[in-house]
Amino acid sequence: MANNQRIDEPTGTETVGHEWDGIEELNTPLPRWWLWTFYATVIWAIGYVIVYPAIPLLEKGTEGLWGWTSRGQLEDSVADVAEDRAPIMAAIADTPIQDLPLNEELMTQAVAGGAAAFRVHCVQCHGANAAGSEGYPNLTDDEWLWGGNMQEIEYTLANGIRHPGAPLTRTSAMPAFGRDGILSAEQISVVTDYVLSLTDRGPANAAGAELFAANCTVCHGADGGGLRAFGTPSLNDAVWLYGSGAEDIRAQIVAPRHGVMPAWEDKLDPATIRMLAAYVHSLGGGEDFMEVAQPADEVDGEE
Amino acid sequence: MESLTTRAVMWFVLLLLAVMAAALAHDAAFAAQMVIVAIAMGAFLWWTLYSAKVDTAGNWLRAPNDEGRYDDDPVRWGVIATMFWGIAGFTAGLFIALQLAFPALNFEPWLNFGRVRPLHTSAVIFAFGGNALIATSFYIVQRTCRARLAFPGLARFVFWGYQLFIVLAATGYLLGVSQGKEYAEPEWYVDWLLTIVWVAYLLVFVMTIIKRKEPHIYVANWFFLAFILTVAMLHVVNNLDVPVSLLGSRSYPLFGGVQGALVQWWYGHNAVGFFLTAGFLAMMYYFVPKQAERPVYSYRLSIIHFWSLIFLYIWAGPHHLHYTALPDWAQTLGMVFSVMLWMPSWGGMINGLMTLNGAWDKIRTDPIIRMMVWALAFYGMSTFEGPMLSIKAVNAMSHYTDWTIGHVHSGALGWNGMITFAALYYLAPRLWGRERLYSLRMVNWHFWLATLGIVFYASSMWVAGIMQGYMWREYGADGYLVNSFAETVSVMWPYYVARALGGLLFIAGAVIMVYNIWMTILGHMREEKPLTTAAHNPEADRPLVAQPAE
Repeated sequence: MANNQRIDEPTGTETVGHEWDGIEELNTPLPRWWLWTFYATVIWAIGYVIVYPAIPLLEKGTEGLWGWTSRGQLEDSVADVAEDRAPIMAAIADTPIQDLPLNEELMTQAVAGGAAAFRVHCVQCHGANAAGSEGYPNLTDDEWLWGGNMQEIEYTLANGIRHPGAPLTRTSAMPAFGRDGILSAEQISVVTDYVLSLTDRGPANAAGAELFAANCTVCHGADGGGLRAFGTPSLNDAVWLYGSGAEDIRAQIVAPRHGVMPAWEDKLDPATIRMLAAYVHSLGGGEDFMEVAQPADEVDGEE
Repeated sequence: MESLTTRAVMWFVLLLLAVMAAALAHDAAFAAQMVIVAIAMGAFLWWTLYSAKVDTAGNWLRAPNDEGRYDDDPVRWGVIATMFWGIAGFTAGLFIALQLAFPALNFEPWLNFGRVRPLHTSAVIFAFGGNALIATSFYIVQRTCRARLAFPGLARFVFWGYQLFIVLAATGYLLGVSQGKEYAEPEWYVDWLLTIVWVAYLLVFVMTIIKRKEPHIYVANWFFLAFILTVAMLHVVNNLDVPVSLLGSRSYPLFGGVQGALVQWWYGHNAVGFFLTAGFLAMMYYFVPKQAERPVYSYRLSIIHFWSLIFLYIWAGPHHLHYTALPDWAQTLGMVFSVMLWMPSWGGMINGLMTLNGAWDKIRTDPIIRMMVWALAFYGMSTFEGPMLSIKAVNAMSHYTDWTIGHVHSGALGWNGMITFAALYYLAPRLWGRERLYSLRMVNWHFWLATLGIVFYASSMWVAGIMQGYMWREYGADGYLVNSFAETVSVMWPYYVARALGGLLFIAGAVIMVYNIWMTILGHMREEKPLTTAAHNPEADRPLVAQPAE
């Protein structure tokens, strides 16, 4: 077939002489720019293979002239950042948290670092805007289950809440009044009605008040305002961790859910925990240190 | 070649085995899958018995009696299957795009994103792309060898066996059966079926080449052969696993840990390289010169770029594992081979585009040529973008972002989609003996809708992906990360909506194509102002027959 070579008229190029189902091929040489670019990438590749780890040998690969490793690159960049931050981190770690607000520069740095750490470790439960969701407390309001000054927040961060294995973790448990048969279904309905009445969503009932006084006051306080010593929520305001409806409240009395927050002490360094405390405190609902000494059952000390 | 009884008994035994497997299955999903197999075996059995009674002239399970005609029935079915699975796969894609923008569309458990996403990828790559490849390869190998398909019965088995593979894979995903390997999700029994079908495909193709009446093997057939052989190797090695039970849908892979990851991405990348590149280049090498009615630009380029492409592609997979547990040396090799791949990939684009030398005016007058040129342009764009994304410094930013999705779709919609549409438009009138397509003007509409859809899709994902990558790594002046992950997700919303709109436009074009080709098959012709297209001489479209039929 090679005898069928001819000059293709529009291009002036010779054909190869083969033909398949009417398709012919021109004998155009390789475009020079194509060939030289191809050579260039090959030469570049050879150079790259020499200076970077590339060739597998019996024991391990070649290390390359530049001694580069991906682990080394990561370590270098982490070390660079750590070095930049080192003075600030040391200063924060050395400053007791109650003294942090006295140093404006340090406080600004702590809040910025805390915000960054919050995005990595906290948003999964508390949300990107720290407003929480059902079962996860809102950190931007002035309702605090366990205390809202910087020291208390730092303690909660370090030791967690109901975190298994953390010796100093904050802990408390509400009895399962329904599941464990402490109260009858009828009694639970009566107490539920009473709890609703605390927020003016129904008439107060004497039977409910009696049951509440006998079973609930010891932790939630006589007025249902909550007690920080137990991390008990207030029942007389508009903030409800597990829902505000009658069914939500009933479910919580029957078999309460208990939130768990990790103890970050083992995962984060003290300076980062301190920065997180400063950031969370700055979100709007932070309390002054003076309130630490006050009785824990003050009006807005619950969530 | 085998007796009716043998075949009937074979299907009957397989039917019995499938029913037994369904009855004894260890999990409900496996039982459901075996019921599907049993139905398929029953259909094969019924057809084997029924077709024996049909006059052989009307029996489309055999090759035509006239040795002077090509054996085109499997190609015709393939064209229809390509359109059917195309619409199914594009719709699944639109659905998951909308799920990302509107999460409420995750209907648990069968239609959540995790199950529909592999349904989409498998439907477009293996069902739409695979059927297009099998159909066009059967068409092209016959014409360029001037010989009929070897083993007509086996060729029919390839088609129907492949459809069974698709149905089993797709229903499996929705039932939650997956081995969790991207683009290789089907479990062991579906893998075994595909292996058998693929070996049959290889046999039909190679034997057709061997009995060719032309002295040389055309370049398209080199690419098809590279595609079939390499996919066989990739599929088998990546799916080496041990079934937990022969009556259950679970298996354990042979390779674990980083070895498993490397094998998976060696497979994954070469599925792109040999399925979506080599196979579709084969289509390009036949349909572009035929439609342009011009000689291929450069025989020498086709040789050099073919061998350099297949030699370099096979090593590039590790670039999917930059900055992972994969040893640095393997990452380096993945990257340098990817960069060297740039020119070999572009060789195909140059050879396709420059074939239009002397016929450039057809871009203006012939909408099918316009589609082909556009496909080649997108091919060139993606094969530049690919090596660029494989460079570690770029990959450190782009990896795991939607830029990757944008890259894949500029290749998939632009290159694979457009060249397939062009091939279907070329094939339809020739396969069904029509004077021309129902409407060339509708091809034009399809072209513009698809183009607009791709522009929406690719540009939104480029912007979204680059933004996402930079947001993830953004450090403030104070030395801390600026964004939380959730914030980087929420800013994606407008781009996700724009992407879904792009997908909708692309599907709209495809629906027009289905209508157009369906009307062509029915033999209608729309009255419209004519546009030009390539000439066709049915009398010349015949195999060379040396002597009267054997």
